[in-house]
Amino acid sequence: MEELHDVRLTVNGTTYEIRVPARRLLSDALRHDLGLTGTHVGCEHGVCGACTILVDGDPMRACLMFAVSAVDHELTTVEGLTRPDGSLGPVQQAFAECHGLQCGFCTPGFLTTITAGLRDNPDPTHDEARDMIAGNLCRCTGYQNIVRAVERAAALKAGTAS
Amino acid sequence: MGQGVQRVEDQRFLRGGGRYVDDVALGPDTLHAAVLRSPHAHARIVDIDVSDVLDVEGVHAVYTYDDLTGPMAEPLPLLIPHPALTHGRTQYALAKDEVNYVGEAIAFVVADDRYVAEDAVSRIRVDYEFLPPVVGVEAARAARHLVHDDVPGNVGARLEQNVGDAPAAIAQAPHRLELDLTIERSACMPMEGRGTVARWDPDINRLQVWTSTQSSTGVRAAVAVKLGLDLGQVDVVTPDVGGGFGVKINHPWPEELLVPMAARALGRTVKFTEDRREHFISSAHERGQVQHIEVGFDDDGRLLGLDVEFWHDHGAYTPYGLIVPIITSTQLLGPYKPQNYRVVFESLYTNTVMVTPYRGAGRPQGCYAMERTMDAIATYLGKDRADVRAVNFIQPDEFPYDQGLIFQDGRELEYDSGDYPASLEKIKKLIGWDEFPAYKAELAAQGRTVGIGLACYVEGTGVGPYEGAHVHIETSGKVKVATGLTTQGQGHATVFAQLVADELGCSFEDVEVVTGDTRRMPYAVGTFASRAAVMSGSAIHLAARRAREKVLTIAAEALEADEQDLEIVDGVVSVKGSPGTSIDLGTVSVLSNPLRYAFDEKSRAATQFSIGDPGKPPVAEDEEPGLEGKDFYSPERATFASGMHAVIVETDPLTAEIRILKYAVVHDCGHLINPMIVEGQIHGGVAQGVGGALYERMAYDESGQLLNASFMDFLMPYVTEIPDGIDIDHLETPSPLNPLGIKGAGEAGVIPSAAVFAAAIEDAEGLPITAMPISPSELFHLRQEHSS
Repeated sequence: MEELHDVRLTVNGTTYEIRVPARRLLSDALRHDLGLTGTHVGCEHGVCGACTILVDGDPMRACLMFAVSAVDHELTTVEGLTRPDGSLGPVQQAFAECHGLQCGFCTPGFLTTITAGLRDNPDPTHDEARDMIAGNLCRCTGYQNIVRAVERAAALKAGTAS
Repeated sequence: MGQGVQRVEDQRFLRGGGRYVDDVALGPDTLHAAVLRSPHAHARIVDIDVSDVLDVEGVHAVYTYDDLTGPMAEPLPLLIPHPALTHGRTQYALAKDEVNYVGEAIAFVVADDRYVAEDAVSRIRVDYEFLPPVVGVEAARAARHLVHDDVPGNVGARLEQNVGDAPAAIAQAPHRLELDLTIERSACMPMEGRGTVARWDPDINRLQVWTSTQSSTGVRAAVAVKLGLDLGQVDVVTPDVGGGFGVKINHPWPEELLVPMAARALGRTVKFTEDRREHFISSAHERGQVQHIEVGFDDDGRLLGLDVEFWHDHGAYTPYGLIVPIITSTQLLGPYKPQNYRVVFESLYTNTVMVTPYRGAGRPQGCYAMERTMDAIATYLGKDRADVRAVNFIQPDEFPYDQGLIFQDGRELEYDSGDYPASLEKIKKLIGWDEFPAYKAELAAQGRTVGIGLACYVEGTGVGPYEGAHVHIETSGKVKVATGLTTQGQGHATVFAQLVADELGCSFEDVEVVTGDTRRMPYAVGTFASRAAVMSGSAIHLAARRAREKVLTIAAEALEADEQDLEIVDGVVSVKGSPGTSIDLGTVSVLSNPLRYAFDEKSRAATQFSIGDPGKPPVAEDEEPGLEGKDFYSPERATFASGMHAVIVETDPLTAEIRILKYAVVHDCGHLINPMIVEGQIHGGVAQGVGGALYERMAYDESGQLLNASFMDFLMPYVTEIPDGIDIDHLETPSPLNPLGIKGAGEAGVIPSAAVFAAAIEDAEGLPITAMPISPSELFHLRQEHSS
């Protein structure tokens, strides 16, 4: 019998208690044990970035972490980017306005990555906007509108959007 | 129509509320499957020992070929038979006696979770007797070894088409050239792999399947046949799909049958989710061809005869028939009139993953052959490459233009409309074609090397047989629309709602579109060949028109007005010029369904003591209750979109690195439904094209092992590899074949990539580029070979 561990995860401000084996990936725990299916798994080897979540505010690949190693950290998934009143956060809003997504599978990883990126660099140059998303793969959009969405999100956050 | 409306589906996706197949049936009651796949490219299976597997706690079942019965024990369907496919072969759901590629399914384990299922898979022991693998076109043609014992020469099919007498025309032509070209394999690589969930409901003897497919109705029919169920016992729902690009049109994948089979046998919900390595080695690839071209032409570069021979690597099996090489052989002609054309191809077996359509579906290879030929003619004659193309164009007044060939749908390759000279003018302007020589000289003075490329294509889109649509105006006034083909990112919920709002006169926000659910629309074909907008778009337009006609009939009676005097605006039917005399669509819906029983305030209006002429039947003889419209669209033939791409690249004199300085697209897909979405499709196609031209390839070794089966090693472009900005201009030449004048747009962005990059690199370097994709190290070696 595989040994199980009691794990307490804090995700989007809510605390969950689950019992999982040590090898349970954090991405699987979020999706299958907590039902937070907004975090997607595209490669399971840390390259595509679809599963990117924020761990204490920093973007991390949930497929490269075990659930047991996420204890004592504040986790934020795409579900946590929506405002408490249900409206879209600035990065989400920018994606909607700029057609920054097509099939939507890679999108949650971009949204979390850009959320952290704009916190660290609220007013990116065009090249910095491209750099901000350079670790995530998208097969649909050719990235053109995602770069626009980064710039739009920065403007929305700064209140300078027209 | 014509407006860049924001997508309605994004509200769900952006909140993490998308529902992809792996998001269905969460919770501990669902069982999970894993597949044992062949580690060898070619081997006989001597023995499979699963005795250790059932000891693993949490394992519920293990299946091998010996456990399959009835139709499940037969080979998987050959979906598209063709008389020339004399030696078509398909695999079994689980390998019988022999494996023919690394990744072929051998055993299927169902367990409490995927981790346990994979543990169990690793405990299956298989004895193999190794057979020599056949890898690559050259080995397949040499046929020193055979993939299938009963397929001589590894030739699955040989197909020849002739228009006029090309060999004779070439022999008499003033000028002749020969080209030998190769193009390598790549693959669709959607971010979401394949996946299937199935649940058997014993109370109603019915199977529910969710699968990440491009054809719900195709999977439904296959599951019913293979499991011996009536079609009416099988429902297939395609949830949100994380990208398709072609790979999910092939069906049924082994797991699409094994999951329902196990779900029924075990009485439990079963899920299979493909991982990335599995996607590389067991889902389809495309592109790999070797081409030999002979061409004869006059002093202006006008084609007199074109003779093309090519060899198409279709992998180990041919479930999708000859679609890819047929498209290459016909769409190769692009916007040109070759006068005399002969094309012959052999479709060859190799011990590699099967080949089925990937975005472009054979067109990128055909465009590559034709456009490299155009460039070669221009170089030979010392003429401008754009001018050589221009003298060969079909002219706007020559449509409809019959190329004299049979296309992939079994119908004539007859172009419906287009304006190629206008496109050429636009692309030259957009890229700065005429100014380029000065620019090149200016940069050369600074020690920089740049080159420009141009490539033209024609794309047959919207092939049949048909699609259908159902439009239902509910008593709330909301409009529910269903069409059977599936969605994998094209924004169908938005563009189809635009069409319904336009035709019906309701508000866009009130329209809700469902795709790919066989419960809602059981007659459908699928999403491929850039056909969704043309086929389902037209069907939806027609269905909405029928609903509108019914609205007007009922409203005219209710308002005591003439139908001709009515208009529908924002969901309200009113008498023109008399806005007070009106009735909303919801109320019309209430009136459309004569009731005996009232269930709320609104429905009282339709009960038997409230409406109806007592002298007539409540539902007229040629009518049906309910405010619905249903229709199908089935065109005689495909509609032909077209376009031209141009690129300026810079090559590094030392490292041979290839940089994209400018990328331009002129695109003609007829009338645009949503320009924002069309441009998004072009962006994505261009990015996949850049990947296919400069980075992506399937690196098989001689033993048939795929060496780069991960995102670490298969170089899919990040933003850093894609041009910063793509200049796009549209031409809108309407199609006369459908009511909206639209043509497909999904694949266009990727078709000319290999051709246009080869042309630009050749122009920069001054040495012939005949093999694509091309990496910096390959360019570096080419330079060395060329200089020595």
